Amino acid sequence: MEKTWNNKAWFLVLPVLVLVAFSAVIPLMTVVNYSVQDTFGNNVFFWAGTEWFEELLASDRFWEAMVRNLIFSFIILAIEVPLGIFIALNMPKKGWGVPVCLVLMALPLLIPWNVVGTIWQVFGRNDIGLLGYYINALGIDYNYVQDPIDAWVTVIIMDVWHWTSLVVLLCYAGLVSIPDAFYQAAKIDGASRWAVFRYIQLPKMQRVLLIAVLLRFMDSFMIYTEPFVVTGGGPGNSTTFLSIDLVKTALGQFDLGPAAAMSLVYFLIILLLSWVFYTVMTNYDAER
Amino acid sequence: MNLDLSWMAWTWPTAAFFGTILLLLCGMAAWEYASPGGNPRVGILRFETTRGDRLFLSLLGSAFIHLAWLGLVGPNLWWALALSVIYAIGVFRYV
Repeated sequence: MEKTWNNKAWFLVLPVLVLVAFSAVIPLMTVVNYSVQDTFGNNVFFWAGTEWFEELLASDRFWEAMVRNLIFSFIILAIEVPLGIFIALNMPKKGWGVPVCLVLMALPLLIPWNVVGTIWQVFGRNDIGLLGYYINALGIDYNYVQDPIDAWVTVIIMDVWHWTSLVVLLCYAGLVSIPDAFYQAAKIDGASRWAVFRYIQLPKMQRVLLIAVLLRFMDSFMIYTEPFVVTGGGPGNSTTFLSIDLVKTALGQFDLGPAAAMSLVYFLIILLLSWVFYTVMTNYDAER
Repeated sequence: MNLDLSWMAWTWPTAAFFGTILLLLCGMAAWEYASPGGNPRVGILRFETTRGDRLFLSLLGSAFIHLAWLGLVGPNLWWALALSVIYAIGVFRYV
């Protein structure tokens, strides 16, 4: 049978193209335009060439924020992924416990980011916060407002509290999709609990784990609201991540040129990482 | 209707940059029309790439080459551009 060619279907894509143009392409073009100019307001711009990029690449402040962001992302991945797998493995697979656990797991994900930040800002305070007060009562000197390590611990625990549920739900979805026949075969072979995990559950969760790692890495690399509400990037610059630094430059100092240059470098890094993760995921699918 | 786009702060160099990207996309569309299917193949990265993938890799790599040149060498970017063209040819030939 001869294939029918009908290019009118392309017109159905037009609304999406218009939407993407207004929400992504035009703002990105504007950022590129700003990145090579300087302005003092009133839409008056002065050509600056590559000056802002040179300044950025030589800036300790930028690289320090980048390193902090990478360390933060790796720490939360190292905690959230194993913890998420552990919780998912121990969640009930049938009975009334399933909906209860699923709702409990979904709750932190439903709370807006700024509310999460506010909760932990108050929770961690050593004068009125439950956590801060009792940690100090135990004789541990904890003050996230003054101590950089305490601030990091607070921000990491907050992120783990907020986002481990996502990893749990993804892993749980992977686990419940494993047919019972696999477990029955393992039982017949006398496989240990570890062997069942290593050779049945982990391979079956691989795809959802890749998605979890991708989502958590990208999200933690772009984190802004929660640490900003809790610590404001401090004490000093100890919790100033890339996005916080970017907002400080763009809105705090109104340095639109340097902020645009920083945005573009940030965008390119995110684009590269997305491509790497996407390639890994699609090739994993192709191999299967 | 007076469409004021002054807030976008257009300049000739940035317009030329986006014009080049647009031309590249049009060129890719024409290439696809002439030779449909995207020419998928497995290259040195040992996974399948299409022409679109290779263009994406060329553009992304070129951006990093320019940034590295700016950070390590200096503001004269013509050599970075030449290096990027060589890199793009390499991507289209071997990836």
